[in-house]
Amino acid sequence: MAIVSYREAIRSTLIEEMDRDLTIVLLGEEIGLYQGTFRVTADLLARYGPGRVIDTPTSETGFVGAAIGMAMLGLRPVVEMMTWNFSLVALDQIVNNAAKIRYFSGGQVDIPLVIRGPNGAGVQLSAQHSQSLEAIYAHIPGLHVVTPATPAEAKGLLRTAIRGNDPVIFLENAALYGSKGEVPEGEFVVPFGAADVARSGSDVTIVAYSRMLAAALEAAEYLAGEGVEAEVINLRTLRPLDRGTLVASVKRTHRAVVVQEQWRPFGTAAEIAATIAEGAFDALDAPVERVTGADVPMPYARNLELLALPNAEDIVRAVARTLYREIKTPSERSSGGQSDG
Amino acid sequence: MADLRSVLSWYRRMVLVRRFEEETERAFRRGKIGGYLHVYSGQEAVAAGFISAMREDDICFTSYRDHAFALLRGAPPGAVMAELYGKATGLARGKGGSMHLFDVGRGFYGGYGIVGGHIPLALGAAYALRYQGSDRVCLCFLGDGAMNTGAFHESLNMAGLWGQTGQCPLVLIVENNGYAMGTSVARSSAVTDLAARFTAYAIPCERVDGMDFLAVRLAAERAIAETRTSGRPTAVEAITYRFAGHGAADVVQPYRSKEEVDQARRRDPIPTLEGHLHAAGLLDDAAMAAIREEAEQAVLAAVRYAEESPAPPPESLYADVYADTYGGEA
Repeated sequence: MAIVSYREAIRSTLIEEMDRDLTIVLLGEEIGLYQGTFRVTADLLARYGPGRVIDTPTSETGFVGAAIGMAMLGLRPVVEMMTWNFSLVALDQIVNNAAKIRYFSGGQVDIPLVIRGPNGAGVQLSAQHSQSLEAIYAHIPGLHVVTPATPAEAKGLLRTAIRGNDPVIFLENAALYGSKGEVPEGEFVVPFGAADVARSGSDVTIVAYSRMLAAALEAAEYLAGEGVEAEVINLRTLRPLDRGTLVASVKRTHRAVVVQEQWRPFGTAAEIAATIAEGAFDALDAPVERVTGADVPMPYARNLELLALPNAEDIVRAVARTLYREIKTPSERSSGGQSDG
Repeated sequence: MADLRSVLSWYRRMVLVRRFEEETERAFRRGKIGGYLHVYSGQEAVAAGFISAMREDDICFTSYRDHAFALLRGAPPGAVMAELYGKATGLARGKGGSMHLFDVGRGFYGGYGIVGGHIPLALGAAYALRYQGSDRVCLCFLGDGAMNTGAFHESLNMAGLWGQTGQCPLVLIVENNGYAMGTSVARSSAVTDLAARFTAYAIPCERVDGMDFLAVRLAAERAIAETRTSGRPTAVEAITYRFAGHGAADVVQPYRSKEEVDQARRRDPIPTLEGHLHAAGLLDDAAMAAIREEAEQAVLAAVRYAEESPAPPPESLYADVYADTYGGEA
């Protein structure tokens, strides 16, 4: 296995798939000559030419809609959304066309389309450039919503997305592009709808996805030192959602904490809490806890931004609540100047 | 231009479309057709003129006023009517209804209900046709109201750009029937010379009398030939008129006068084409009567087919949302 970055995992998958399938074309803003805002598409214009790597004007409605039309005619467009914030401009195309044409045509056409790009907060990008929009898309039948947390998942899920025949909302994360991890060689694929048990444990289930997986694992590692064995489930895809793995885990641990970067109301965690209530109600020993972003437009000031984002300490506190016990968080330990050990 | 004898067959189809639409309005009033119903009466020469100039392997997209497009591309009237009735035998198995007729096998890529929202689709489809190395063209029909959407302007700009390298075999046809629902062009467009909006994006636009099949047909042949050869987009503004209301429920029409409608009816495209065919000696009263009777029988058969067809089975509710299924649940 090679150690590669999340960015390189995506880029190399694009190259591997474009080499084997001439129907794949890329569209987006600044993906060619500029080499990609986050350099995911670096060198691809030189490699494949302007017919397959299409620099578009700032016209999200136009190029997302055009990609849908290409897909209807049998191409496999992969659209880069510079950031998912801008997808709101193309929401009509995604929701009213991409998600619905197959259904309202009675199955006469497939829409093999991938829209990919960074979702979630960056660093001090403020309100319009820091949103986590997964719940908006996961609400819509006809879309698959994918949230890779690691380089291997980015590669395996992107391959599934590109080879599939439906529109896929592929949510990357700018904070993850530089992260590195092992990626299997060859035609490695991660199927949709299969959550990963990222860490096994018996005392509480922590559910996370995308960038929040790292915070969940950090919290679990810390909790182990406190004598709490947390199971961490990495959802990998929100639609389809692997409800079976979630419910089975909570039936064993009797407690659940769900972590999301997005706003709390009507979010992913609410759907997962409902899924757990439906499937494991009798097994629960505590209410399902939600760890979420603050319910405000993202502020600019760094201290406020950090307050608005969930972190490992928030997860530790939530786990403590589900266990009805006191657990000092790492910062409480360090600021208190006291040590048990 | 094809000789006038072939035009006779398009006259026959226009008569069928008109008679079909009359029947859909009746079925709507009887509660047999639900939802929204937008009939095409008055505008037949536009769709017929262009579709008659299309090749069998060319494709088209349109808005929600789409019955004529399915019929003129050759969809069986029974399957179209069954779709309007919400039956399993409908073109889209009862999933789309009046606004979302599709017959992809006949190159009809659908009717769309969000004004202007289908224009980017047609743009991408046109690109795909050329990318695949064919000389097929894509026709995109739109109303004057769609020209005020962002989707229109973004798509035209990109069409103009892609046309520079011959990668955009797209023909845009504005069916300017004077009204976006109840809002006239003068009340919705700062510039009422709609052709100027195309030339702003380096797309040539020809204006044509959309009530005259022969004039539309000639303009269609010019635009399609130019686009097929060059891979560059072209546009045609067809001046037409919608005899019925915006939708079948649009009975009171405070935005236009009865006199205006009556005046437009004097330019009815069907008698206009009859005049041409009469003058050429290709149509007499007996032939006209026979064609009307043929349309009558076809429409009645379509209604019978729709009436007798089964409703979609309950288990089809979840069919066709996705092409692929994975583990987990949606």
